[in-house]
Amino acid sequence: MNGGQDLGGQMGFGPVRPEPDEPIFHAEWEKRVLALSVAAGAMGQWTIDESRHARESIPPADYLSFSYYQIWLAGLSNLLVTHGFVTPDELALGEPVTAPRPPKRVLKGADVPAVLRRGFPFEREAPAPAKFAVGDAVRTIVMHPTHHTRLPRYARGKSGVIERVTGCHVFPDTGSQGLPETAQWLYTVVFTGPELWGRDADPTSSVSIEVWESYLEPA
Amino acid sequence: MSGHHHHDHDHHHDNHFTPIEARVKALESLLVAKGYVDPAALDAIVETYETKVGPRNGARVVAKAWTDPAFAERLKADGSAAVAELGYGGRGGEHIVACFNTPNEHNLIVCTLCSCYPWPVLGLPPVWYKSPPYRAKAVIDPRGTLADFGVTLPEGQRIRVWDSTAETRFIVIPMRPAGTEGWSEEKLASIVNRDSMIGTGLPRVEDAL
Repeated sequence: MNGGQDLGGQMGFGPVRPEPDEPIFHAEWEKRVLALSVAAGAMGQWTIDESRHARESIPPADYLSFSYYQIWLAGLSNLLVTHGFVTPDELALGEPVTAPRPPKRVLKGADVPAVLRRGFPFEREAPAPAKFAVGDAVRTIVMHPTHHTRLPRYARGKSGVIERVTGCHVFPDTGSQGLPETAQWLYTVVFTGPELWGRDADPTSSVSIEVWESYLEPA
Repeated sequence: MSGHHHHDHDHHHDNHFTPIEARVKALESLLVAKGYVDPAALDAIVETYETKVGPRNGARVVAKAWTDPAFAERLKADGSAAVAELGYGGRGGEHIVACFNTPNEHNLIVCTLCSCYPWPVLGLPPVWYKSPPYRAKAVIDPRGTLADFGVTLPEGQRIRVWDSTAETRFIVIPMRPAGTEGWSEEKLASIVNRDSMIGTGLPRVEDAL
């Protein structure tokens, strides 16, 4: 969706301001939001792409003014409500009013190191051979779906070259909608700066994005 | 002091949290009470990213790539497998690609859509990496972005930006600075700062331990 999250190429935010000796967290509550998001995600009730969609569905004015962990908190709260695990009243109260909805899994403290170390690999058995090969000229499609997609606006309808065939990976656009998991070939596609940004581009720059096969057509 | 103390209002004294702190505490209490999360798991997750996983991991990868050409080749061919040799991998870095800087090309990593970052080798991303100025500017004005970090590339070195739009995670392998010949892996790792593995910085010989 064309939400507040799709930031590539926007202007007016001012310079990047690195913070010297930045701490890992800036407040205790940030640690808890990170941990709650990881642990609640481990219940297995929604995909990582659905959680991304929950965050990017925050109205743009809020998205741009929230701190990062405020965005995570809003996204997590929303997922818990829409999936029927908590009610808005319970979130305000901080205690249960309704009976729990049993989740698929609960991440136990003792299992955390192994679960984090294993991660959640996204590569899948390929249903068909890859359509494109390294060096192929391709063009990204133009689309403006209201659901989650990983094709940023600045790279839609642009010509590039396949640099790498990564593998067959879980397709976020459907997974983010709670639909059954599907997978597609994933490629690294490189675009020249001028292809993306026209005459304002740095001609010595190039940008690559990771592109699922259905985002591409032969150039 | 006791003159300002009103027993009727004692409960206010318990409520010394900011609104966001109160919201997060309420959420944690609720999820624990409903049996959805284990408090021990929350503590273990925080501890992992505060003490175990961070950019020192990535620095070890870079130092090994600088000193062991066979490892560097494996890292180029399959980043995930190569970093796993050092014990790194997993959540937020299931599919790692190493981007080697060369005299002709400098690499810069961004996630314009969110905050994708190679957790197992760099830890959690800094605030600026997740914030609008960097996410907006890196793809359209990469040299201006580097200038915000005080970095100027040599004339003729192209710049390549990697936007992390999938579960692939990128780590920049900077070039080994001159004057480090014969250094141990450990000493080399000490000059590999976090930003040099994102592409917004360069290794600094003066940082050597």
